[in-house]
Amino acid sequence: MFQRCSGHYVATFAVDEVRVLRKVATEVVGLLTDAFDHADPVVVRLFPEVYPDDAADAAEFRQYTEGDLKTAKIDQAGAILAALPDDAGGEVRLDSEAAEAWLRALNDARLAMGVRLEIRDSTDLGAELDDAVATDPGSSRMFQLSVYAYLGYLQESLLSALID
Amino acid sequence: MAAPQVAPLETPDTDQVPAPDRPWVTIVWDDPVNLMAYVTWVFQKLFGYSRGRAEQLMLDVHHKGKAVVSSGTRERMEHDASQLHAYGLWATVDRA
Repeated sequence: MFQRCSGHYVATFAVDEVRVLRKVATEVVGLLTDAFDHADPVVVRLFPEVYPDDAADAAEFRQYTEGDLKTAKIDQAGAILAALPDDAGGEVRLDSEAAEAWLRALNDARLAMGVRLEIRDSTDLGAELDDAVATDPGSSRMFQLSVYAYLGYLQESLLSALID
Repeated sequence: MAAPQVAPLETPDTDQVPAPDRPWVTIVWDDPVNLMAYVTWVFQKLFGYSRGRAEQLMLDVHHKGKAVVSSGTRERMEHDASQLHAYGLWATVDRA
């Protein structure tokens, strides 16, 4: 999907893909701003305790680093929003800095969805999708699983373009 | 070099002696979401490791559940952990 093209990373997105990416990136920004909640398992995953056995040291570390980490994560989700075409399909063209921000932001979005979908090492995404199609193709879980799979595919494609 | 005139009365309890230069480590933990190629790329990017070394560390994380990815002063390890968190890896800091 993403291809390297004279120092840039280029992909063409259909209108539905643009909508999904905008929705996902906006949701991540929401989690990091208005809806920010330390008790949310997604926040726990995105901001891991650096000293799991020492609450005082962990709290001190968080006090000094959480703001910067939050800003970095909001900025990288913003890099997705900034590069998407307006309300239509079209081309996305990233320089290497934007491409790396996209990789990190896609990863954050996948982590957030992975927590909500309870993805485990043993999860077989293909089987889960087949299951969801068979039981209720219109279910929210079916939609979320497809988006999760799509983001993984997109991240892999951008990473391959960046490495090769 | 002169031998001490008097033997010390007791040996210091090493657990009580602060050791600010004792090396610390950054540990990355396995995670069901992060792509293997992505984790390898992050190790290369952040630590300047060769592809081979980064891949070996990624496989250690994957198969053993965790791996030490860097070591040094506590401040440096906290910096490394912060960077890893920005990339979405699950990193903690501990004494070596």
